[in-house]
Order: sequence, then C-alpha cells, then structure tokens
Amino acid sequence: MTHRDKGLPRPATRESNEPEPAEPNPKNSPGRGAENRQPEAMTPLSTRVLVIGGGATGTGLARDLALRGVPSILVDQGDLNAGASGANHGLLHSGARYVAGDPESARHCYEEGQILRRLGPHCVEDTNGLFVAVEGDDERYIADFPDLCARCGIPTGALDLAEARALEPAVSPKMIAAYEVPDATVDPFKLSLENMAHACSLGSALLTQTRVVGFDLRDGRITGTRVVDMRSGQERSIVADEVVNAAGAWSGQVAALAGITLEILYSKGTLLITQRRVTQRVVNRLRKPSNADIIVPGGTVSVLGTTSLRVDSLDDIAPTIPEVDTIVSEASILVPALATARILRAYAGVRPLVQQGSASDDRAVSRDLSLFDHRTHGVHNFVTVTGGKLTTFRQMAEKAADVVCDHLGVTEPCRTTVEPLPESSVWTVPGRSPRVWADAADPGDLFLCECEMVPQSAVDRIVEGLRHASRVPTLRDIGLRSRVGKGACQGSFCSLRVLAHLYQQRTVDAPEGLDDLRAFLLERWKGERAILWDTQLRQAELQEAMHCALLGLELERP
Amino acid sequence: MTQLHAPSFPVDLAVVGAGMAGQCAALFASQQGLSVAVLGPVGAWAYASGLFDLLGVHPVDQGTRVENPWEAVRALASDLPHHPYTLVSEQDLRTAFDVLLDAFDQAGYSYVHAPEANSDVITSLGTRKRTYCLPTTMWAGVAALRDRVPCLLVDFEGTKDYCARQIVVNASPAWPDLRSVRVRFPGAEGLSELSPEHLARRLDVPACRERLAEVVAAHVGESRAVGLPPILGFEKPLEALADLERRLGLSVFEVPSTPVSVPGLRVRLAFESCLRKHGVTALADRVTRAQVDPEGGFLLHAGDAESRVVVRARCVLLASGRFLGGGLVADRHRVREALFDLPVHQPGSRVDWHRKDLFDPRGHEVNQAGLQVDEGFRPRGPAGSAAFSTLHAAGSILAHQDWMRMKCGSGLAIATAWGAVRSCLGHASGGKA
Repeated sequence: MTHRDKGLPRPATRESNEPEPAEPNPKNSPGRGAENRQPEAMTPLSTRVLVIGGGATGTGLARDLALRGVPSILVDQGDLNAGASGANHGLLHSGARYVAGDPESARHCYEEGQILRRLGPHCVEDTNGLFVAVEGDDERYIADFPDLCARCGIPTGALDLAEARALEPAVSPKMIAAYEVPDATVDPFKLSLENMAHACSLGSALLTQTRVVGFDLRDGRITGTRVVDMRSGQERSIVADEVVNAAGAWSGQVAALAGITLEILYSKGTLLITQRRVTQRVVNRLRKPSNADIIVPGGTVSVLGTTSLRVDSLDDIAPTIPEVDTIVSEASILVPALATARILRAYAGVRPLVQQGSASDDRAVSRDLSLFDHRTHGVHNFVTVTGGKLTTFRQMAEKAADVVCDHLGVTEPCRTTVEPLPESSVWTVPGRSPRVWADAADPGDLFLCECEMVPQSAVDRIVEGLRHASRVPTLRDIGLRSRVGKGACQGSFCSLRVLAHLYQQRTVDAPEGLDDLRAFLLERWKGERAILWDTQLRQAELQEAMHCALLGLELERP
Repeated sequence: MTQLHAPSFPVDLAVVGAGMAGQCAALFASQQGLSVAVLGPVGAWAYASGLFDLLGVHPVDQGTRVENPWEAVRALASDLPHHPYTLVSEQDLRTAFDVLLDAFDQAGYSYVHAPEANSDVITSLGTRKRTYCLPTTMWAGVAALRDRVPCLLVDFEGTKDYCARQIVVNASPAWPDLRSVRVRFPGAEGLSELSPEHLARRLDVPACRERLAEVVAAHVGESRAVGLPPILGFEKPLEALADLERRLGLSVFEVPSTPVSVPGLRVRLAFESCLRKHGVTALADRVTRAQVDPEGGFLLHAGDAESRVVVRARCVLLASGRFLGGGLVADRHRVREALFDLPVHQPGSRVDWHRKDLFDPRGHEVNQAGLQVDEGFRPRGPAGSAAFSTLHAAGSILAHQDWMRMKCGSGLAIATAWGAVRSCLGHASGGKA
C-alpha cells in the first residue's frame, strides 16, 4: 500500500513550506459546517505509516522514514510542538549535565549535538556553555566534574574566575568554579517545522487538530485508526501498515486505545522568559540536576528553568506562581540581576516518564528513551516511542524508524546522520524577521508586531503556507510560526494588528475572527498570569484597558 | 561653582497625576480660586479612547449592560457599598459632569450625551461599546448604529491599527447595510505608514479636508452616513466635522479606536486650554519624592537631575493612577503606593491577583486593589484614620472599583476629583468656600 500521489519528492520552497495535507482535506470535505446533519462517512486515508504526535520525535520520525522512502501521515490533536517539545529550554545539551547520573545519555547528547550542528546549523546557535558553581555548592561534585566529562568524551575547559567573569559578566560574584562546555541552543519550533516540511517535501503529510479516538484491531493488527478533526468534529479513518505512537505525555492514553497499558508518569516543568538576553552562553549551575539550574539564551531573550513537579493529569497545565517564584529565586543565585529582571512570560510542559519496572521492552536502547514494540503485547504493527530529550530526538526517531522498517521489510538505512536538514522557515527565530525585512527593503511592508518586528510580508507568507495545506489560518497558527505575540506586549497590540490585516486580506471573512482573537489571548494569558508584577503588570493593565474597557472582549461571548 | 537650587514655588493644591482625575481636580479646584499645580507625564493620553463612561456594566459578573447609568449608580449604594461612587451624592456627580462639559464646550471640544441614558457605538474591532458621553465627532455614530443606517466606513492605506473591513465583517450580522472602502489619504502619497496624529493634523487644514471629501464622495453610493477612524482634526475637530459633513452632505462620525488615539490627545489639549485660563501650572515631570513640610503641607520633588522642581503645597491630591500610571507599583510580593507608601487594600497573596481565565466575568481581584479613603477622600493610614490631614486621593488609584470591567473610568475620575477638591477646599486657604 502506498500513499497515493505523494511518492515523488517535491522541493520545499518558501512559499509552500507548509506541510501538505492528506487529501481529501477533511476541512473542505462535504458536511463541514452542516452542523445539523449527521457527519457523512468520509473516505479513509491510507498510508504506510501513521505517526501520532507532532513533537520533535514524531516530526523527526516522519523525516527519517521519508528519507528511507517510507511516506507517512502525521497527526496531532493540536499543532506541532504543542506538548513538551514546545515547552523546554531549547537547549542542545553538551551532555555535561548528565555525566554524573547518566553517562550514556551524556554521550548521546554530545554526539547528537555535533550531528545537528553539522546538518541543521540554521536551527542551532552555537553559544557554548559554562558550568558555574557558587559558594556553598558541593565541592566533591565540582572536583569530579572534569573527569566525568572526559570519560563521556565531552571536552571541557577549566576557566579561572577572572576569565569566566570576562566571558559572562552577569554571573554571580560568589562564583567559585567555572568550566566551559560545548552547549548550544536550538529553536525547537523551527526544528520541528523544518523536519515536517522536509518530510512533506518527500511525500508525507501532516494533519493538525486531529485527535486519535480509537483503533480498529483485527487478528493482532491495527487495521484502522479513527481520528476526529477537532474543529469540524468530523470523524474518519486512517489505514496504515504501521502505527507509531509518539504522543509524548499522551502516549499512555494512545496506547490504552489499543488495549495496552503504559505507565506514564507526568513531570511538569515550568520555565521563564526574560525580556533581555542576560548571558551570551548557556549557564548551568555546577551541581546535581535540580530546580532552575540552567539559563539558556535564545536569540534576544533568555530562558530560565526548570522546575519538576509530578502531576496526575494533563488538563490545566499552566505555570503557577510558586513555580515562578522558585525559578526567580534559584536563577538569581547564578545571575543576581535576574532577581529584578523583567520576565515576559512563563510556560509549562509535561515530560513523559515511563514508570520503571513496568512492562519494559528489552529492546529499549537507552534509559533516556523508551521504545516499545507492541508485538510483545500482541499488537504486531504498533510501536510506541517516548521519553528522551530534545537533544537526542534524531536518535530516538532513528531507533523507532529501525523497528518500523523492520516490520515493513524496508531495508533502507537511516540517512538523518548524513542528510542536511533543508531550511524553509525563518520566522520563529528571535531577531531574524527584521533582518529578512531589511534585506527586502520594501518600505510598504509595515511591521504588524513592533516588539518582535514581524512585518506584513512574514504574516502573508505564513498564511500562504497554511492555505497551501488547506488550513484556515488562525492567530495561534501564526503565533506558532512566527514571533507574533512573543514580545514585551505579549500580544496586546500585535494580535489586533494581525487580525486587522487578516480581515483586510480577506483571510478572515466572518465574525469568528473575534473568537480566534479571544482564543489567542487566552492562550497567551496562561503564560502571563504567573509573572504579573512590576512592568508586565503595567502591560497587562494596558491590555485590559484596551481589550475590555474599550473593546468589551469579555462581554462579546460567542 | 554655585550650587543650583531647584526652583520652589508655593501652591494651595498640588495634583499628582495628569490623567483624567488629575486634570478634572485641577479644573475644579482652580475654578474655586485655589492656586494649583498639576504634576506628571501626559503621554498616556494617547491610550484614552476619548469616551467618557459613567457606568456601562453592572453587575459585572453578569455582564449586564446598563441602559440608564444614573439608576445604576444609585443601585451601587446597596450593591457595592464600598465603591467610590457612594462617597459622592448624585447631585454632586451631575454637577461635576456639567462643569466639565461646560469647560470643554468653551475649549472648543464639545461632548454630547443622551438624556438619562447610555449610548452604544461601534468600535474599531466591530464590537459594541456602551458609554455615556461622547465627543461630538463620534455622536452621529450612535444614531447610525441605533437605526442601522446604510453606512460607509472608510480607512486608509497605511493605517495598520484600523481596518474598516474588519468592522464591517464583525458588525454586519446586526447592521447589514455597512460597507467599507480603503482609500489613499490625499497628500500622503509616498508615505507607507500613516500615524493618526499626523492625519488628524492634516484635517485641521481646509484644503486637505476638501481633497478627502472628494476622495470619499466617489465611494458614498447609497450610504447615508460615513464613518472614519478618529482622525477628524486635531485642534479643530468641530470645524473639521462640520466642513466634511457639509461637503459630503451626509452625517460623518469617528469610530473609537485603540491607541494611538487622537480623541484622547484632544482631551489633553482641551484640559490644557481650560487650565491655562485659570492659571494652573502644569509640569510634565513625574513626582519622585514627597516630604511633609515642617511648616505645614508637603514638599513635592519632581523631575530629574537636569530639571528639578520643588512644589510647596498646602494640600496634595493624589491622582497618580494605578500600575500603568505609576500610582501603584507591585513587586512579586505586594502592591505598594508609590509616593507616600500608603497602605494599599489588596488580595492576600499574588496567587489571588489574577483569575485563571483572562476574561473571567468577575474581573481580576488585583483591579479592586487601591487606596481606601475616608469620607473626605483622604487615604487611610495604618491606623485606619486619615494618613495626613491635607492629603487626598481621587481616580483609579482608589480601591473597591474595577473601572475597566464596570466601564466607569471617566465618571470615577470626575466624581472623586469633585469630592476630593471639595474636601480640600475645607482646609486650603484662598478658596471661595
């Protein structure tokens, strides 16, 4: 069975970098909008592999498979990176963080970091990193650190304190030791967008807002996967030779639909974004991994994190005020200026942890990822890959693809260690869009977002890409693919400007644009509520004066 | 080297804050014969819509839009007994509004309201805004919306905060005869981005209005009214309105819009004109420090090292606003009053400041935080009695109100400025009273 009409590679261009939909697109199919009618039966889609989950692992897997000539459909109940892949530091670990507790992960991190720097340099900022200890930190840990790194093959350089201060003047005067390590940063949104765009250019397809609601099982195989379009409510079936569960924190729920129990623990992590970049390098606290011990630059901002909190449910995951306060207190031990720095936003994600001692698969290659071939559970075309880290996403995808290809009888080797990742989208990178704008030198191209300098042309191209994939663009879609809403105003002004522009371009042509605006602002609010003091509180007050006092958005309910 | 001393001058009343409450207080006090200084930056006027709300929504948690604001204000006495409106009699509130509107008439920027009723207008987003008093330049929009008059909404290439088509799409289910057109603003050829203030100043010039009328007339068709972004003149809005209406032969109105808001800037201009007439000193410097004057009253230090001013005031009226205005400041732990560190009524912890839902119909608790005052609008000190005998407060810095959800910002400023000034008159010499 092959995915129809999608076999030929198609070059990704900037105008059409958005992944292609699986045809026929459910949004355009008969019955949409006919709310009073029963949804009509829709033609099943067919593909070789169905990938569930559009995070770093799922998109990496789609690309890996596509490079081996295996097309797939990737579905996500939200959008790309809606889970932990979009809620992390964006740190490309050198591995030094894990040398004491998990040397195997440490080695993998280092190797994978080198691969991504080589093949996807446009997703990476090669910042380097420091490990810094301050007065009171464990001296034994400090003393052992360089040897432990050496044993994992991670190069480190001991710095004298004056050198370290010259490199990173913001670091605490109470610093007692510093080492340089090859940390870097990665834009996780760009990474997943590029992986998916590459996969789609090779014949794969993406369906966002598409939730898996059931599997049809027959004779130990998944013969069909039932999915629902979250916007239209339409249900349809996807027929695939092989199904991969890469649903991250949701992978236990997905496995359960096939009658398989995976004990997934939820570890919630919260992070903060500062308005300004406080260090040039990644700065790690030189101690055992703990709360808020990493400060990661990302373009024009810094990310502080993280906390770790077991939670029982995936509903209502938002940063809390105690978590924010913990991060500010801890991070300001490392960089004192953070005690009073302007925090723009907080965000939270859930790391899936596979419970130790459960039905663990002996083919799991490393403790840092869990790979389950569900043949051991009596389902012969179903694989779950979960856990792991952003840094090692490629390796996880490779291991999962190996199992999938083994099942399919495909013998093509993995090519993601040699094939460069093409660049197709630039708008998520802080500071990039103004450069593109300046290069184009079009004075008529107005900035819709002034904080992050996102011009009309960027929004137009993103919209074009989404439309190319037969999607109705929303403010959230545009926000995920650009810096809109991510600056100091947190969407107060740019949401209105972008919406006005979408109305003007007839991209939005109904009062539902107001619902979209509310949904965008509610999403932003999740990350604002816990950091509202000082300047951001003033910002929030201005936003409410505009959006409620004048525009009455709280009154005009759908 | 001689040490330069900051100039110091005495006034009966120093008003801290140049927003709506501060300007109203300066107007009311100077009309009563007090010598007055208004201190504080005026930049935030660009955020003001120019609409004067009295009470638009009550009860807030039910989102009920108020038809008759006076009735609703009366209801607050029992519904929200701590609301600052309850400290002012209805007669005083009516008088205060009249005094303000008379002054604005004389300043050439007149306001209009329906008798005993709120009015609805369409906003730049296409939502409906209920308010009490509107600048004359917006008034025709009330009847246009009420009677669903066939109407043409015009916008301009290069005004990215205002999209007429958006208004039409969002409002047309209830107002079918709306149309939009985007035109090039005459005389702005070659400019890609147009600022509202720039456009408004152009429309102060008759020749520019003539050319705009020609451009718009070509698109009018069956429409019986024309709506424009709020740029209908900067210093001469009434002249601009009358001229355009005459040239087009139709009623013309402005649609209230998000910042930069020219109608807000016009309010600032109107106040400047009124206050100048009464000899009020206005300093756009932020007050950085306040001291109790050993000889009675207060010493207020304003400005920076380059231009420092000390005002010696018998009475001080704190109209410094909330967080945006700088009257209240918050760190991670608590809300403080910025100048005197007065006790601030506030929720117990930051966890309770904001609701989980941005649009929670109850509003955010931190928006009820602020100064608690006695019946003379004197902020209460730690012991519960007036912190200082001649320190007063008015406007949004007061506790127990959520002006953004109740749509009562201007009314609150006007009412409490009136009440606070009256209280000042009781102990400031030089007053007529």
